Amino acid sequence: MIKAILIFNNHGKPRLIRFYQYFAEDMQQQIIRETFHLVSKRDDNVCNFLEGGSLIGGSDYKLIYRHYATLYFVFCVDSSESELGILDLIQVCCYFFKMLCRKKQMVFVETLDKCFENVCELDLIFHMDRVHYILQEVVMGGMVLETNMNEIVAQVEVQNRMEKSEGGLSAAPARAVSAVKNMNLPEIPRNINIGDINIKVPSLSPF
Amino acid sequence: MGPVHTVYGPALLCAGAGCSQQFGAQPQWIWFLSSSYVGAHSTTLMPTVSKGDGMRGLAVFISDIRNCKSKEAEIKRINKELANIRSKFKGDKALDGYSKKKYVCKLLFIFLLGHDIDFGHMEAVNLLSSNKYTEKQIGYLFISVLVNSNSDLIRLINNGIKNDLASRNPTFMNLALHCIANVGSREMAEAFAFEIPSILVAGDTMDSVKQSAALCLLRLNRTSPDLVPMGEWTARVVHLLNDQHLGVVTAATSLITTLAQKSPDDFKTSISLAVARLSRIVTSASIDLQDYTYYFVAAPWLSVKLLRLLQCYPPPEDAALRSRLTECLETILNKAQEPPKSKKVQHSNAKNAVLFEAISLIIHHDSEPTLLVRACNQLGQFLQHRETNLRYLALESMCTLASSEFSHEAVKTHIDTVINALKTERDVSVRQRAVDLLYAMCDRSNAKQIVAEMLSYLETADYSIREEIVLKVAILAEKYAVDYTWYVDTILNLIRVAGDYVSEEVWYRVIQIVINRDDVQGYAAKTVFEALQAPACHENLVKVGGYILGEFGNLIAGDSRSSPLVQFSLLHSKFHLCSVPTRALLLSAYIKFINLFPEVKATIQDVLRSDSQLRNADVELQQRAVEYLKLSCIASTDILATVLEEMPPFPERESSILAKLKRKKGPGKLPDIDENRRNVNGSSEHSENTDTTNKVSYVLNLNSSPSTGPSLLVDVFSDSSTSASVDVSEDNFSRFVCKNNGVIYENQLLQIGLKSEYRQNLGRIYVFYGNKTSTQFLSFSSFVTSSDILKTHILHCLIASYPIIEGGAQVQQILNIECVSDFTDAPVLNIQFRYGGTLQNIAVKLPVMLNKFFQPTEMTSQDFFQRWKQLGAPQQEVQKIFKAQHPMDTDVTKAKILGFGVALLDGVDPNPANFVGAGVIHTKSTQVGCLLRLEPNAQAQMYRLTLRTSRESVSQRLCELLGEQF
Repeated sequence: MIKAILIFNNHGKPRLIRFYQYFAEDMQQQIIRETFHLVSKRDDNVCNFLEGGSLIGGSDYKLIYRHYATLYFVFCVDSSESELGILDLIQVCCYFFKMLCRKKQMVFVETLDKCFENVCELDLIFHMDRVHYILQEVVMGGMVLETNMNEIVAQVEVQNRMEKSEGGLSAAPARAVSAVKNMNLPEIPRNINIGDINIKVPSLSPF
Repeated sequence: MGPVHTVYGPALLCAGAGCSQQFGAQPQWIWFLSSSYVGAHSTTLMPTVSKGDGMRGLAVFISDIRNCKSKEAEIKRINKELANIRSKFKGDKALDGYSKKKYVCKLLFIFLLGHDIDFGHMEAVNLLSSNKYTEKQIGYLFISVLVNSNSDLIRLINNGIKNDLASRNPTFMNLALHCIANVGSREMAEAFAFEIPSILVAGDTMDSVKQSAALCLLRLNRTSPDLVPMGEWTARVVHLLNDQHLGVVTAATSLITTLAQKSPDDFKTSISLAVARLSRIVTSASIDLQDYTYYFVAAPWLSVKLLRLLQCYPPPEDAALRSRLTECLETILNKAQEPPKSKKVQHSNAKNAVLFEAISLIIHHDSEPTLLVRACNQLGQFLQHRETNLRYLALESMCTLASSEFSHEAVKTHIDTVINALKTERDVSVRQRAVDLLYAMCDRSNAKQIVAEMLSYLETADYSIREEIVLKVAILAEKYAVDYTWYVDTILNLIRVAGDYVSEEVWYRVIQIVINRDDVQGYAAKTVFEALQAPACHENLVKVGGYILGEFGNLIAGDSRSSPLVQFSLLHSKFHLCSVPTRALLLSAYIKFINLFPEVKATIQDVLRSDSQLRNADVELQQRAVEYLKLSCIASTDILATVLEEMPPFPERESSILAKLKRKKGPGKLPDIDENRRNVNGSSEHSENTDTTNKVSYVLNLNSSPSTGPSLLVDVFSDSSTSASVDVSEDNFSRFVCKNNGVIYENQLLQIGLKSEYRQNLGRIYVFYGNKTSTQFLSFSSFVTSSDILKTHILHCLIASYPIIEGGAQVQQILNIECVSDFTDAPVLNIQFRYGGTLQNIAVKLPVMLNKFFQPTEMTSQDFFQRWKQLGAPQQEVQKIFKAQHPMDTDVTKAKILGFGVALLDGVDPNPANFVGAGVIHTKSTQVGCLLRLEPNAQAQMYRLTLRTSRESVSQRLCELLGEQF
């Protein structure tokens, strides 16, 4: 069983927390701190499994994590889960988060790897609700619900359609505003490839 | 490319390197954001808030938070927002769904930052009853993330869920099921545990809802198993394993696995369905299961789940099914050996996830030697794999493989690789696994090497795992010590290398063992004396040193370099550096010295008399000093000798260190080395018990089952007081053929332990009677009887009686024995006492056997054969061919032969597998030379034992005794 999914950045700031076992709020924060403390002192290139967390489940408890650029994706699981399976699950989740952030249409791309770039921290917090919804399609109550990409995409699509049809009236003004804001920027330079740290980011029009 | 830090805040998003090594040289995406930049433009870089649902207010709020320059500013901003939301919720104007959604989202974000949210629940609950999907969705999200045990609220939430479950709208039903599964509270279980099974098995339920319902039920079963009703639906759930939709099968498999752990019999039928399903998956071409094929691996998640389900059961009994499963497992092992179809890490992960699970199943079944050995070999390849994850998992799996009798030897062949991993792995997690594996693969043959490696690793080991390694080393050293000097050396080394991590259990244990084993006492005294010479030694060493020198310092006092005074000054030089408990222990050692060495009495009295002792601020130290001083002044030498007598042997029990390690690791986590031996060395009881080293710690559990025979009879004949009518207990007799110490008899009331020594034709047996009850034994007496014939062959002395043995007390009796000539029978020890008004009679056959009077004789090969030929007469040789009763372990056999009393002669027999021994039996009248040869035949599991002595009766008797030991 997956006990918790924690995503936090290199400074330990939580970006997504989801507990599948009840813990009081302060305990949740303590778990996040402990987990961050455990994974952040590890080098990259060491193994992705880690024991030693004491707050959840005692000895039958493992952390399986990946570190992408500024984010740690940590799954806290018990011994009934396959370690490598969970590791792949993290990649699946990241893939969907990424698709979400690209706000491209949710279409399953056969060549996953092409799309698989770092998930951006900002995207996660600005789309907190959607990130949760996607996660819900993959993990439910601590168990893996669906692993078929097409199926997940289909579910998310259904959600999007319903959202759009409902968004119709109430969200129209907001949509209009954002459409205007983005008009001058056919493509927002969201990712800037630099070798030099002092490069200036082109100033963006205020939002 | 270093991160450029903002001054403060959650907004630090500066360095973005390529996502990870595996994805190679992707362009380096950078989010560049510095506080000066933000400040200068007084704006925020916000990604794409151009969703249909906008929620601009949320984006602004998040940006504000991220721009806060201090914790205080952040809190201020959050409080402002909370006040705003609160007023909005409380305001007169009814909020539209969109605003509610926005505010709930803000609350979620604030919660994520670690702030308690104490309101908004009501608004979230209201959202549940909205007809709009997006509003319902956010309502459920809020409740799932921020569960509140407020019972009024739970009733409202349940109401919302109930409506959605009844809506027959699959999307709404899914939302409701998700919420139940994610919250999983008892109230929800009470409300829905009856309803969900019917949703799960209803014919018209959509696949996606079935999936959710299965996992929802699983969750409820986990949190409130008593509330989930078993019934007719369980049979139909099992048939979901045949479902077309693999997602449904995956969810159902998870559910069945959990339920089968609870009531395996109800779900037995799932075995055949699971095997059939698995077989279809592993034999399918990679394109057959299109959507569920992940990087060329067919349905890896489902395969893993099915293999987990099968681990709830023993191997299938049906032969056809069993062979089908074996075929599946073989296919998985074969596929793992094929060249990879993709270089992507996902491919290898998915493939190996299935492989590791298959290996777990093979280990769980523990019935197919070929599969086990294959599994071990494939794991062996991973031990040197470049992927750290695979090395980690391989070490972990091997740890369980080591406990199977079939693969234990195969695992042992990897010892060098594992030791190398211990030395070179960069990752502490992997090193820890290597330590675990070394511990699991350790047996008598490699104990010295493994203990040495662990000791040397300990010097550089991570602090977090040092204590555990210390415990493991201590256990292995004790368990596999053939030579107790090695054990003492190892433990002292342990204290030297990692004294801070040596817990009390460890040093208690070494003292227990030294006290119980007189052959190591002199060595121990010498070794601690030397170790204490070091200018800085660990306090634990001072404790061990103080105790051992206090008991056995006399054994080395003959040497002028370790004369009593030198010993005392050495100990006392450490005194002032030690903590109170250690000082207390040292004071006890001093008073023991006064008894051992009258010549240092005055010196020690001076020390005790000094103000720093007699007026010590610590009560315990002061009391000891006063009492010991008085004792040494008043008591006569005899009284001193009695009071300060050498400690009696400790009662034998499970090693306290092992108990500690089990506690530390939690149940089930520790590869049980006792368990191993059950298979590897056969019934561990016998191999341990007849071991020449008389492993004290294991004697008790071996004999812990009370021998009911005699005690029943005692009840029947109570008060009859005719000892003749008592059956003589021989239960443990044969176990003493190759050893001298241990428990010979035990029932509910009484335990009789023996400690015996033999020299030439003389022997002395210390008999310890332990009262196991809490009440007194009255008029306790014991005497030795032997048949008339025997009396002429051995002499012994006898009777002891005690008016009272208190509850829990132990008394000791000494028997002296002289062997007059060779004999066959054994004397009987008769015991009588009153317990609770009834007279108890017990008779135990004393393990006095002919071989006890052996003196080992070393000789060269040439000598041996010369004598062997001399004893060639037919009546001098006795031969016995017999089936092995215990697994044929060379070391155990050697130990037994040594314990039998002869010298083991290496290199005499041309066949190195054979054992050859020689010794002389001493009796008062004569000496009988004896040669023996034991030829094991591993294939047939047989032994041939040949004995040649100058006397027929001796050959006969020795052959009988030794022939029963293997």
